Amino acid sequence: MIPVCRLEDLPAGDSIRLDLEPPIAVFNADGELYAVDDTCTHQDASLSEGWLEGCLVECPLHAASFDLRTGKPTCLPARRAVRTHPVSVLDGTVWVHAPAEETTQAAEAGQGTAA
Amino acid sequence: MRTVTVIGASLAGLYAAMELRSQGYDGRLVMVGEETHRPYDRPPLSKEFLRGAVTAERLSLAEADEIGELDADWLLGTRAEGLDPPAGSVLLEGGRRLPTDGVVLATGAVPRTLPGEPLHGVHTLRTLDDAAALREELSRGQVRVVVIGAGFIGAEVASSCATLGHNVTVVEAAPQPLLPQLGDEMARFCADLHTDHGVSLQTGCGVKALHGDVHGRVDWVELTDGRHLPADVVVTGIGVSPATGWLRGSGVPLDDGVVCDGGGVVASLPGIVAVGDVARCAGHRSEHWSSAMEQPAVAVRNLLAGSTVETHTALPYFWSDQYGVRLQLAGHREQADTLRMVEGSPEDRSFLAVYERDGATTAVLAANRPRPFTRLRRELARSGGLATV
Repeated sequence: MIPVCRLEDLPAGDSIRLDLEPPIAVFNADGELYAVDDTCTHQDASLSEGWLEGCLVECPLHAASFDLRTGKPTCLPARRAVRTHPVSVLDGTVWVHAPAEETTQAAEAGQGTAA
Repeated sequence: MRTVTVIGASLAGLYAAMELRSQGYDGRLVMVGEETHRPYDRPPLSKEFLRGAVTAERLSLAEADEIGELDADWLLGTRAEGLDPPAGSVLLEGGRRLPTDGVVLATGAVPRTLPGEPLHGVHTLRTLDDAAALREELSRGQVRVVVIGAGFIGAEVASSCATLGHNVTVVEAAPQPLLPQLGDEMARFCADLHTDHGVSLQTGCGVKALHGDVHGRVDWVELTDGRHLPADVVVTGIGVSPATGWLRGSGVPLDDGVVCDGGGVVASLPGIVAVGDVARCAGHRSEHWSSAMEQPAVAVRNLLAGSTVETHTALPYFWSDQYGVRLQLAGHREQADTLRMVEGSPEDRSFLAVYERDGATTAVLAANRPRPFTRLRRELARSGGLATV
């Protein structure tokens, strides 16, 4: 499990990018927390900087939209889903359950930077 | 309609085909494309592809199963040479006639080139083959690259070449790069991006001629002010022309593109619509990727309806990645509009700015500020292109 931030530091409508390999974006969509791979499957753009509306995030570059619950694109130009990752809150801290074998922590920055 | 032929198999043509199927058209669908490649995405060609960061496979706009679902006949590597609207047929190279009821014109645009004898080492950048040829030349150690034209393609190519460690000079005839698109202050910002990254920017002078060596390979560039620039590779980025030459004499009205109404419909000829770079819709021709993506839904609806039932309303939008800066511009900027910084600053290479006219916002420009840019872009789109932000 990877610590993300304190829950109060991720208010509704906000997002955080975890500088992992590959990077992960964590969203607070009206109180529900979601984590997906941060890079749009269409082209190189950070979904953590995207437009959040309900449980959909719109890519800031080409307006491809992804459903945060499933990772699936809801419209073109994206066609491939982003991976989703389970999120939990323990004692006020947000954690992402990212597959360890595929994701490594970058440098010593255990915590992501706010987008 | 029993047969629809889409001429041009890039972004706009592919999306037209997808829209035809998703809007319920179940007749024969023919895709004609001059290039041999399946539809691919062009924007990365001057950036990630040129730098070797992505492969051609990654640029594909549709996977094999998606192509299969379209249930289309693909005539790739085939040039359309004419249209015969009264007879309802498309003329293909080699003299073949293709009967069709509906036509989507999506032939895009072709790069302008400098006059003179063709020389080895002189490139344009539009197609995957163009980019592959240029990339090959850039992979043989450090070379002297002269980029002619400091527009978006020129700037992105120069940026990629600089990243690859080449010795880059950019020549621009105007006093600043991107002056008509961005205005004086932002043009200076773009000029600084070049020089900050070790690229020599020569503005206010044109190119008189390209000169070759005895092997027919480019050797030096002669500027209008008399200077000579040695060059191993030259890339011309001096704009594009709509690909309409093949339509001359067909009766399709042409004027810097296919003249169509605000919904992409060629009003004087039934069953013909135009989308993407080739389409001059309601007096305006866009060369933006986003227009090529958005226009087909509307144009196909009109084609299937048999008349203009919907017009394009999307806000113009484009982006450019150069020297690590992502520029995004949306809206209808005009020359006299004034620029106002909303947050950040050009010095920080990160800002959000708006163009204003009579107190209202006409366009929004951002550098490395995607989220606030999207917010303003959406406000602008919602208000129909003029907003108070």
